[in-house]
Amino acid sequence: MSLLSARGLTRHFGGIRAVDGVDFDLEPGEIHALIGPNGAGKTTLVSLLSGRIPAQAGTITLAGEDITRLPAHARVRRGLAYTFQITSIFPGLTVFDNVALAVQGGRQPGALGPTVEAALARVGLQGMGAEVAGTLSYGHQRLLELAMGLALAPRVLILDEPTQGLAAGEIEGFKALVRGLVPQVAVLLIEHNMEVVMDLATRITVLTSGRVLARGTPAEIRADKAVQEAYLGA
Amino acid sequence: MRAWAVHLAVLAALLAAGLLLPGYHTTNLARILVLATFAAGYNLAFGYTGLLSLGHAMFFAAGMYAAALPAWHWGWPAAPALLAGTAGGALMALATGALALRTAGVSFMIVTLMFAQAFALAILYFNGWTGGDEGFVIPSASRHLFGTSLAADTPRFLAAWSLFALGLLLSLALVRSRFGRVMVALRENEERARMLGINPFAAKLKVLVISGAWSGAAGAAYALLFGYAGGSFAGIQYSILPMLYVLLGGAGTTLGAVLGAGLMFYLTEFASSVTSAWLFLVGLVLVVLVLFAPKGILGWVRARLWRELP
Ligand SMILES: Nc1ncnc2c1ncn2[C@@H]1O[C@H](COP(=O)(O)OP(=O)(O)O)[C@@H](O)[C@H]1O
Ligand SMILES: [Mg+2]
Repeated sequence: MSLLSARGLTRHFGGIRAVDGVDFDLEPGEIHALIGPNGAGKTTLVSLLSGRIPAQAGTITLAGEDITRLPAHARVRRGLAYTFQITSIFPGLTVFDNVALAVQGGRQPGALGPTVEAALARVGLQGMGAEVAGTLSYGHQRLLELAMGLALAPRVLILDEPTQGLAAGEIEGFKALVRGLVPQVAVLLIEHNMEVVMDLATRITVLTSGRVLARGTPAEIRADKAVQEAYLGA
Repeated sequence: MRAWAVHLAVLAALLAAGLLLPGYHTTNLARILVLATFAAGYNLAFGYTGLLSLGHAMFFAAGMYAAALPAWHWGWPAAPALLAGTAGGALMALATGALALRTAGVSFMIVTLMFAQAFALAILYFNGWTGGDEGFVIPSASRHLFGTSLAADTPRFLAAWSLFALGLLLSLALVRSRFGRVMVALRENEERARMLGINPFAAKLKVLVISGAWSGAAGAAYALLFGYAGGSFAGIQYSILPMLYVLLGGAGTTLGAVLGAGLMFYLTEFASSVTSAWLFLVGLVLVVLVLFAPKGILGWVRARLWRELP
C-alpha cells in the first residue's frame, strides 16, 4: 500500500488548470522526484497534498487514512512535513527557537534541547542555535528550513526546490543528507537540477500543464520520447 | 534566572514606592498597577501574538460588571466578585474570539471594535440593571478583602500590587513556556507556524481567553478598589489605552505594560498641570516615540542592550 496517495486531484485558479486530475503515489522509503517546467503545477500539487490549499476535487490518503478534508496542521501532526520553496522561517527568533517550534509541533515532541541540536547537526548547523535566524546567510537559511522539516520527525518529507540558490559544495552535502533519510522517511522532491534528480530519485513523475506526462525510473524518464520533446529538450 | 531576578526586583521596587511615598502617589500607583494589569493582558494578545484588537474595553468592562453587578444587586463580597470578573472577561473573550478570529488583520480590528461597541451600547440599553452611563457606586460592604477595607490607601495599593505581581509572574512564565514560543511564532509567520503542526485558530483563541481573563480581573479590581462602575469603561478609549501603554513601554516585553502605564499616567498629570492643551503634549510624545523608538522603550532596550529581555 502507498504511504501517500492522491486520486483525481484538481485545483484551478480562474481559467488556469494548475492541477488537473492528477493521480499520484508515494511508496514507503522512496525518493520520488517531481519535475516539470515552470508553471507546471508542482508547487500547487504539493500544496494540495500538504493541505496548504484545499482541493477542488479528488481524494488524498496518508497510510490508508483519508486526509482530504484535514486541515494542514493536522496533516503535519500525522507525519506529512512540507518545506517551503521560498524560504519561510521565523527571522526574528533564534535558530534554536525555529527548530524547537518544529519539534513541539511534530510527531515526537519530547525533550527540546537534544532533539533540536540533533536536527541542526544533521544539516550542518550544529552550535548555531543562539544566532538570530534572520541574520543567517541564504544558504544557511535553506538548511534551517530543512532542519525544521526533519525536526518534525515526519513520515513523508516534501521538499520544494531545496537546492535553489545553494552553492555546489552545499548541494553535495544536501544529497548525502537526503540519502540518509530513507528508508525511515519517504521523500517527495521538487527539483530543477537534473543532476540531483537523476542521482537521488528512485522514481520520477513529470508534470506539465497540471497533468502527469510520464512516470518511471530515472532511466525510463530519460528514454521517454514525450518527456524529451516536452521538457528535457534533448 | 536573570530574568526572574529582574522581575522580582521591579516588583520589590514598586512595593517600596507604594509603601514609602506619600498617600497621593500610593493611590496613583494603585491605579497604575490595575491599568498595567489590563495592559499586560492586552500585551499577550497584541505584543506577543500579534492580535491587534480594538475591543479590549469589552473584556475590561465585562470583568468590571461581572464583579460589580453581583456586589451591587446581591451584596457579593470582594473575593468571589473578583473571581467572577476574571471569568467574565475570559468568557467574553471566548465568545467574541470564536467569531472574530475567523478574520485577521484589519478585519479583526474592525470586528473586535464592533463587538466592543455593541457591548458598550448594551450596557447603556439595559440601564435599569447596569446603571447605564451614570454607573453606580459599589457598596462599601463589598469592598473588603481579608477583613480590611479596600477603600483605604495602603490596603488598596497592596491589593493592586498583588494582582499586578501575580499577573506579571504568570505572564513571564507563560511567554517563556512552549506555548509562549508558539505565540511569538504566530505573530512572526502564521503560515509557517501552521505548517509546523500548530492550529492557529485554537492557539489564538487560547491567547485571547487568557488575555480576556487578565483584562477582566483588572476591570473587576478597578471597580472594587475605586468603588465605581460605569458605562464609560466600555468605551473605545479603554480599548486604546492599553495599546498606548504597551506601545510606549514596549510591545512584546513583559515589563512594557507597567512602564508605559506609569509614564503615561504621570505624563498626563504633568501635562494637564502646565497646559490646558495637555492632550496635545501627550500626542506629541507619542508621535516622537513612534518616529524614534517604534518598538517602545523596552523594545529599544532589547534591540540595543539586552537581547534576552523577555
Ligand atoms: N495562488 C494562485 N493564484 C493564481 N494562480 C496560481 C496560484 N498559484 C499558482 N498559480 C498558477 O498555477 C500554475 C502552476 O503554478 P505552480 O504550481 O507554482 O507551478 P510550478 O511550481 O510547477 O512552477 C501557474 O500558471 C501559476 O501561475
Ligand atoms: Mg514551484
